[in-house]
Amino acid sequence: MKRLATLAALALVVAACGSSSDDNAGDNASDDSSEDVQLTQGSDLTIAMVTHSDEGSFWSVVKKGAEQAAKDEGVKLVWSPSNNDPEKEAQLIDAAISQKVDGLAVSVPNPDAIKAALQKAKDANIPIITLNSGADQFKALGAITHVGQDEAIAGQAAGARFKDEGAKKVLCIIHEQGNVGLNQRCDGVKQGFGGDVQNLQVKGTADVATTQTEIKSKLQADKSFDAVIALNPDIANAAATAVKGASSEAKLATFDLNPDVTKRIKDGSIQFAVDQQQYLQGYLPIVFLKLFKTNANTVGGGQPVLTGPGFVDQSNVDTVEKLAGEGTR
Amino acid sequence: MSGATAPAAPPKPVPVGDERLANISLASRILRRPEIGALLAAVVVAIFFWTQSSLFLQLDGIANWTDVASTIGIPAVMVALLMIGGEFDLSAGVMTGTAGLTMGVLATEVGMNIWFAIVLTLIGATAIGFANGYMVMKTKLPSFIVTLATFFILQGANLGVTKVITDQVTVGGIDLAAGYSSANSIFGGSFGSHDFRITVLWWIAITLLATWVLTRTRTGNWIFGVGGDANAARNVGVPVERVKIGLFMATSFVCALTGIMIALRLASTQAGQGVGEEFQYIIAAVVGGCVLTGGFGSAIGAALGATIIGMAFIGIQFSGWNTDWRFLFLGVILLVAVLVNNYIRKRAEGARR
Repeated sequence: MKRLATLAALALVVAACGSSSDDNAGDNASDDSSEDVQLTQGSDLTIAMVTHSDEGSFWSVVKKGAEQAAKDEGVKLVWSPSNNDPEKEAQLIDAAISQKVDGLAVSVPNPDAIKAALQKAKDANIPIITLNSGADQFKALGAITHVGQDEAIAGQAAGARFKDEGAKKVLCIIHEQGNVGLNQRCDGVKQGFGGDVQNLQVKGTADVATTQTEIKSKLQADKSFDAVIALNPDIANAAATAVKGASSEAKLATFDLNPDVTKRIKDGSIQFAVDQQQYLQGYLPIVFLKLFKTNANTVGGGQPVLTGPGFVDQSNVDTVEKLAGEGTR
Repeated sequence: MSGATAPAAPPKPVPVGDERLANISLASRILRRPEIGALLAAVVVAIFFWTQSSLFLQLDGIANWTDVASTIGIPAVMVALLMIGGEFDLSAGVMTGTAGLTMGVLATEVGMNIWFAIVLTLIGATAIGFANGYMVMKTKLPSFIVTLATFFILQGANLGVTKVITDQVTVGGIDLAAGYSSANSIFGGSFGSHDFRITVLWWIAITLLATWVLTRTRTGNWIFGVGGDANAARNVGVPVERVKIGLFMATSFVCALTGIMIALRLASTQAGQGVGEEFQYIIAAVVGGCVLTGGFGSAIGAALGATIIGMAFIGIQFSGWNTDWRFLFLGVILLVAVLVNNYIRKRAEGARR
């Protein structure tokens, strides 16, 4: 049942992506949220977004989405990134509670670490929405919904696409040790592909040169790989060079976008990118929190609101490239 | 206590009948305290952020920035003592992560009572501190190099061992261990209606203890001695090696205590916890008047330095400034604090140093 609902939500999001731009799935009013919500005038609202952001290219797009939503909705935004430090993230949530914000949007890479801080927010009657990471935790944390990509579903979609294109053997490159989300993606690829998928642990983004050599050696040693998937744009760029260097015929795909990736999709050295549309992860929580405060709406019907996977390939790369240049994709 | 308005420590008592000190006024004796510049800088920073957001000096706001300051300040006070003793500990930051992970693994995977896990963790950390000090003393290598090696060893062990044991990069569920609630109420919790962190009390206590040791005991004299001139100190009978090794042990102990406090509070630790924090401790000590070459500085100064870092961190959030610039603001505020500090100290000391 849960799976069905998730798939339905996925279908909805994919359809929305296909049709052109983002169509907010924001009208699923539910009746069970009428308890002690104090309706407020939208213009008085302050919403804090506390993330584990590293302020890199990915998160700058999230931030842009949040800022645009705050502007569109006429609310005040407090953007508090914590550079992957859970202690700082908890402290910033505490500070937001002291500021008496009207809504809290948080990313949850480490639920235990911010559980107590979020409980405090609940005690203070501040509604919470989780974003980016935390899809399987948002209910336990008392958030009204989660906005993000389900890693397993995104992996499955990528695997299924490789299968459709007739690939026989896939190499999935893991660029961080012990990152749960990356392993979920590769597991998803395996499920969606239904064939031979091997994982390759590489050194990672701190040393892309070595990573490139590692991928190249792997492809030289085993010529039977005809598909490669990277889980990060920087790694994808290195993998493209590695595929060429190994004189391999393997098709290449990646998760997430950057200018190198869009360029390579255009010249054909990358087939497609799985896009989690992180702009929505910044934009939607602001809209949802405003709707909750002013109209007692909740979105998602108890399920996460999925922002991906969308696909970027040669059919839509020109549009996306332009938007990426403007910092919204 | 609000660090910003904390009174400076009472000036050193003047031994009666010592004519060398008799003609120095109270004012200039206060101004010669190493922490006086940091105190003024803290006041300036506090007033500045108060003009940006009145919440900054309300109890709710103070609870927030003393929270940030305390977990930097507790290790910073001990790092300051070590610096006064003429040594560095680059493994201080990662030690907080090591301690949190050790305690977490002992409590969750081994199933130990959390109090027992804390005691074992502190013993282990003190042993690592001993190893740091012993190697620095025996090899005569700069402590910078030796503790850099320790830093990498601990960083690698934190990730490697954690993954082997838990298959993840974090140790979670510490709050399910026996004895958690009592340990957390003493080390990790908060108190009062404004949710002041318990770590703030520890921070004040450790600062006072360190100040007492430094200014009122023979050990304190020894620490200044070994940092100022180790040979001269040795010649007058100071047990240089024992003092320095002891300082390394105490530093590791206090850092581990901080790591335990953080892990209890968050009920989890991740393998990367604390990496890079050692610079915050050293910065706090330097802002607070410690000299990088040793032999000069104070514990209260380091606590004030940590206060400034905490105020800047939360003040920037309260002010609603664009956080893209956060580290730039932080850098400028720290630079201003150091400059104010230096200026005042030079004026106060005149030709003395």
